[in-house]
Amino acid sequence: MITEQEIWKGLELVKDPEIPTLSMVDMGIITKVEVRGESSVFVEMTPTFTGCPAIKMMEGMVADRLKEMGITQVEVVTTFDKPWDSNKLNERGLMCLKKHGLAPPVKHSGEVTMELLEHTECPFCGSKNTEMKSPFGPTLCRSMHYCNDCLQAFEGFKPVV
Amino acid sequence: MNTTAIKELLYKMADDLLIIGHRNSEWTGLGPILEEDIAFSSMAQDKIGQSQALFQLLHELGEQEPDTVAFTRNAKQFHNAQFVELPNGDYDFSLMRHFLYDVADQLRFEMLANSSYEPLAKVARKIKGELKYHVFHANTWIVKLGSANEESKARMQNALNDAWNYALGLFEEGEYETILKSEGIFAGEADLQHRWLETITPTLTKATLTIPHENAWEPKFGGRIGIHTEHLDPLVDEMSEVFRVDPNAEW
Repeated sequence: MITEQEIWKGLELVKDPEIPTLSMVDMGIITKVEVRGESSVFVEMTPTFTGCPAIKMMEGMVADRLKEMGITQVEVVTTFDKPWDSNKLNERGLMCLKKHGLAPPVKHSGEVTMELLEHTECPFCGSKNTEMKSPFGPTLCRSMHYCNDCLQAFEGFKPVV
Repeated sequence: MNTTAIKELLYKMADDLLIIGHRNSEWTGLGPILEEDIAFSSMAQDKIGQSQALFQLLHELGEQEPDTVAFTRNAKQFHNAQFVELPNGDYDFSLMRHFLYDVADQLRFEMLANSSYEPLAKVARKIKGELKYHVFHANTWIVKLGSANEESKARMQNALNDAWNYALGLFEEGEYETILKSEGIFAGEADLQHRWLETITPTLTKATLTIPHENAWEPKFGGRIGIHTEHLDPLVDEMSEVFRVDPNAEW
């Protein structure tokens, strides 16, 4: 029988539709995996933002991946039982964001302030001489910044509690 | 737990979010600068998503599917405050409404994060983190424009004067207020209004704007019991137009 560990491993191949370097596992949005029988698996997910329009699509991607792995009975549900926060991104997730040109979210300790966002590290040159242009960006989870050193605009993944 | 009381609370919050979300979306493509266009569009998306999460809680309590509830009622069946249905007006009014509404909403969800009704508390804990960004955005512009030049200050002060009594209408009490409080579901509108005043006052002071004198406070109530301005009908018609054409359409 397939193990939970194998399922987690298999799900690492499912990428965020907007950030193709980042897997859903590394992002921390898969909150539970349960093997319920010979070929039956239950997966619980939680969205980064309540209004994330990609969540339905991601549920489908997870289900498709499990079917590829030979699981015939797949149940994927989205809940707020264990809500996502940006500290749930793992180390590899943070690296993937950077590689994609997105500033990783600053680690927070339960509180997000404007100051935390003001000098986000530039993903291109590493400078902290940056400013936030807008707390909103092309998707709900991103903000827009400008680097005063390498003179490039960049996006950041928002810290969220 | 008193389900009727919980439903009343959920309906008014979900309707506020849905209607303000729709108004915010009207700035898409028309924002004064690109970043602002994106900001209002993002907030629209957030709010409509948040309303959907609350409609889902209502569905779990026996109400119809979220889409059905959102798109098949007529204006009289909406429980949003009149404040959120007012047209966007100029950008000054939109920003002022955004500030007054979002601070209230953030405080509301902070209070609800400790609600004894656990399904709501879970959603509230999520939403309050998202609303932080809405309030950051609002605070920045209120302070910036309140003290930029004569014209911007005058416009923001006028917007505040125009918005004020409608904003007070957000705190209209419902018939289940006592039950919600005694069962620990929600600490109540009066408590929320008190916190709201304490939170907006320092920001408005920093923006050199003046809250209208208390003698002139006349809250625009009625929205919670289905009494609306003439602006809600056309909004609901537009919002539900596509759904009504083909309720079973796959997106």
